[in-house]
Amino acid sequence: MLHIPANRLLDAASSIILGKREELRLALTCLIARGHLLIEDVPGVGKTTLAHTLASLTGMQFQRVQFTSDLLPADIVGVSIFDRETSAFRFHPGPIFAQLILADEVNRATPKTQSALLEAMEEHQVTTDGQTYPLPDPFFVIATQNPASQIGTFPLPESQLDRFLMRIRLGYPGAEAERALLMGEDRRILLERVDPVVGSGDLAQLQQSARQVIVSERLVEYVQTLLSASRQDGELAGGLSPRAGLGLLAAARAWAMMDGRDHVLPEDVQAVFPYVAGHRLHMTGDGRPASAATIQRLLHSVPVR
Amino acid sequence: MKLGLPARNPKPTPPPPPLSASLWLLATAAVTLGPHAVTHLPAWLSAACVLALIWRAWALRTGAPRSHALLVMLLACVAALAIRLHYGHFFGKDPGVALLALLLCLKQHEIASSRDIRAAVLLAFFLQLGLFFYDQSLPVAALALTGTLLATVSLLALQTDRFRPTASLRLGGLMLVQAIPFLLVLFVLFPRIPGPLWGLPADAHTGMTGLSDNMSPGSISQLGLSEAIAFRAEFSGTPPSPPQRYWRGPVLTDFDGRTWRAATVGSDAQPSVVVAGPAHSYRLTIEPHNQRWLLALEHPVSADATVRFARDQQLLATTPLRSRTRIEIVSHPEAVAGLSESRAVLERALRLPSGSSPRAVATGAEIGRNSATPVATLQAVLDHIAGLGLTYTLRPPLLGENTVDEFLYTTQLGFCEHFASSFTVLARAAGLPARVVTGYQGGEINPVDGVMVVRQSDAHAWAEVWLPERGWQRVDPTALAAPSRIESGLAASLPSGDPLPLFARPAMRWLRDMRHRWEALSNAWNQTVIGFSAGDQRRLLERLGFSEPDWKALTGLLGTLSVALMLGLFAWAMRQRARRDPLDGTWQAFCNKFARKGCPRLPWEGPMDYAERLAGRYPRQAPMLRAIARTYARLRYGRASSRHDAEIRELRTRVRQLRID
Repeated sequence: MLHIPANRLLDAASSIILGKREELRLALTCLIARGHLLIEDVPGVGKTTLAHTLASLTGMQFQRVQFTSDLLPADIVGVSIFDRETSAFRFHPGPIFAQLILADEVNRATPKTQSALLEAMEEHQVTTDGQTYPLPDPFFVIATQNPASQIGTFPLPESQLDRFLMRIRLGYPGAEAERALLMGEDRRILLERVDPVVGSGDLAQLQQSARQVIVSERLVEYVQTLLSASRQDGELAGGLSPRAGLGLLAAARAWAMMDGRDHVLPEDVQAVFPYVAGHRLHMTGDGRPASAATIQRLLHSVPVR
Repeated sequence: MKLGLPARNPKPTPPPPPLSASLWLLATAAVTLGPHAVTHLPAWLSAACVLALIWRAWALRTGAPRSHALLVMLLACVAALAIRLHYGHFFGKDPGVALLALLLCLKQHEIASSRDIRAAVLLAFFLQLGLFFYDQSLPVAALALTGTLLATVSLLALQTDRFRPTASLRLGGLMLVQAIPFLLVLFVLFPRIPGPLWGLPADAHTGMTGLSDNMSPGSISQLGLSEAIAFRAEFSGTPPSPPQRYWRGPVLTDFDGRTWRAATVGSDAQPSVVVAGPAHSYRLTIEPHNQRWLLALEHPVSADATVRFARDQQLLATTPLRSRTRIEIVSHPEAVAGLSESRAVLERALRLPSGSSPRAVATGAEIGRNSATPVATLQAVLDHIAGLGLTYTLRPPLLGENTVDEFLYTTQLGFCEHFASSFTVLARAAGLPARVVTGYQGGEINPVDGVMVVRQSDAHAWAEVWLPERGWQRVDPTALAAPSRIESGLAASLPSGDPLPLFARPAMRWLRDMRHRWEALSNAWNQTVIGFSAGDQRRLLERLGFSEPDWKALTGLLGTLSVALMLGLFAWAMRQRARRDPLDGTWQAFCNKFARKGCPRLPWEGPMDYAERLAGRYPRQAPMLRAIARTYARLRYGRASSRHDAEIRELRTRVRQLRID
């Protein structure tokens, strides 16, 4: 069965990151749907651990980039250096040439650096000095943002936010999970002992299978109505783009597959909708990101037929 | 220091309406106002409306900014003032409708939001209704309906961001079709108000054509070219043959040498004729002419409505005919009128203006002296006229002071009024009491619906002579010069080269054929739709078992039927929805089962979520509920299998057998 490796991954991840099964499932969905993930939360709730865990469990090559205001594009994509022996420029690949990249506090870097990352995410390749270098496959970016401290940051513009398939929040752990966390071993040490649950070939196959999950005509109608409702909603400024619609379907497919189904249900769409739509919708008037209540209301305004 | 305060938000403005809605509204206004402009709006106002609409079309095309509110306001004030000056007052339907028409045009320039479009559409709906204040014919109804459709599409255009004209037109048409049952209920049950639709006396009835209560040379030949319908007659038996189709109208007794006028005579509730011979029974539908007389074959003895029988055998209505009137009449062609005519009436029918047409008066007097009996006198007068070789024409030359002399002995060219007038003068001079009768002679039976149509061009004048023992006898002197006028109508009797009414020309056969069809259709419309009166309504309701319905009963019935229709349509829509797909129907049945238990599916709830919620409430059936939902979800959203139909049947059986406890 298709979903067994995916569920093994989820079970293993949940044993490391406690009490966050739902968030982990969303992160895995994002990975399987071949999208990139934005995590917005305060420091210390396990964003880095989550990225580490996913990398260890899938055997993906991992790189972490801490974004700062003086980070340059070349610090990410790499730089060509003149090699005296060969009398030629040699390209030194940057950290982006890894399979899983954690872009920590992405909003601290200047827009120029941000866009270097986001372009690479979109195009799956890097172009420098007229030379194009393909990025590895699978290629998964987890970017984090700290919403609390906004001084000296460059918030990602809406057009860039659209590049992330999902945005999730981790939040503080529940009392029981926190207790286990405090009493148990250090997660970092735990992680070093973890063996990959699936191989990178398995992951590619999971991604391939997710793309074959059936989307019926009736479901497309439902998604279309949902998109159109987001565009006509009086509280929202602008609606969801066709790219958002494609992302919504890709995420719903992966979500359905993790449930062991070969077809997408409206429930799957509803499950991923808040995370796919949340960072793409803004309120009219002050332009704040759409509130969870608004998104829920939007979902409830579209009947399932 | 610059503070990072957000910019002060201006008052939020609603988004502008879609362009398509504005365009359709413009078309609605044009179609709605067109018939108004043609029927009653003053020319300057029509021009102003056209300009305002063209201006708006230009603005929409070029995307020019909305006109300044103050400018529109100023224009409205100026136009209102102009309307006040034109009509002299603001009361009544004419200035009211004119003002609304203008406001509909100016409102186009004020449209900033969907709300404005809705307001303008409501105004357009009212103006479409207002068309019927002026004209209730079939074409106007069709135009009003077109306007309603366009207005509906304008409203539909507000509802969608992907506007497709054909689809919206179809949907708008469908909505109007769905309104037909309500239309029928309202048509049958809405209380009928007697009198014209918008009963304002000052400006209601003007500009109607037809016969008048006087006749001078040329007054009937004017009508000769008019194709307008004067009235229609539906005979219950065989209609009279063409030579017998004399429709009596105003009787003219007083002559001043040029003009014949009706004498004032009394009227009674009963006819004053002696009934004899067979009867014709027919239903007359008279176009309004703003006078009291009705038209009838000789001689009417009874009618269904309240009518008066004048002592000169005219049939009169009690009030001027201001709307199309239907009346059932029975006439006896052989009835004898005026057997015991009073001396005063006969003396008046002998009076001649002194000094006018001396030659004719002298000739008449001589004929009278030389004849032994009144019948011989009559024959001698007719012989004298026949001997003059007069010509019948629609274009007689103008006559001077002595109209009768000039016609008989100089020009010798005349229309029926010349013949009738001259004969009457000769007969009076010869000592026979005589008078002129105007009315219509002829009538054409429409082969499409068998209804006889009498037009203004059939207007005719003839004479009546009083003979002792025999009363008033009809004499038609026109027949002496043009016998075919009586036998086969105007066209056959005019000399070649005379202008003919368009439709009377022989080459226009196909046109005449089309006109027959059209007139049959209009007549059906007039009879069944416009003519549906309070009496018809009462009779229909009594046949349905409502005796003595008053307005309260009507309102109650109206409300009940409307609610019943609503429910019927609703049930039909629900059935349609369920019938569309057997799988949908099965799932609907499942949901309904639990809805009746107070646990309906929420509109946005997917099948698995719903089943999970139900499972929490009915734990004993939980596995079954989940299985049904899973099967439905797979069939609905999953891969199509070869056993699809069989599986749906199985699912339906499972749903049917499901018992909730």
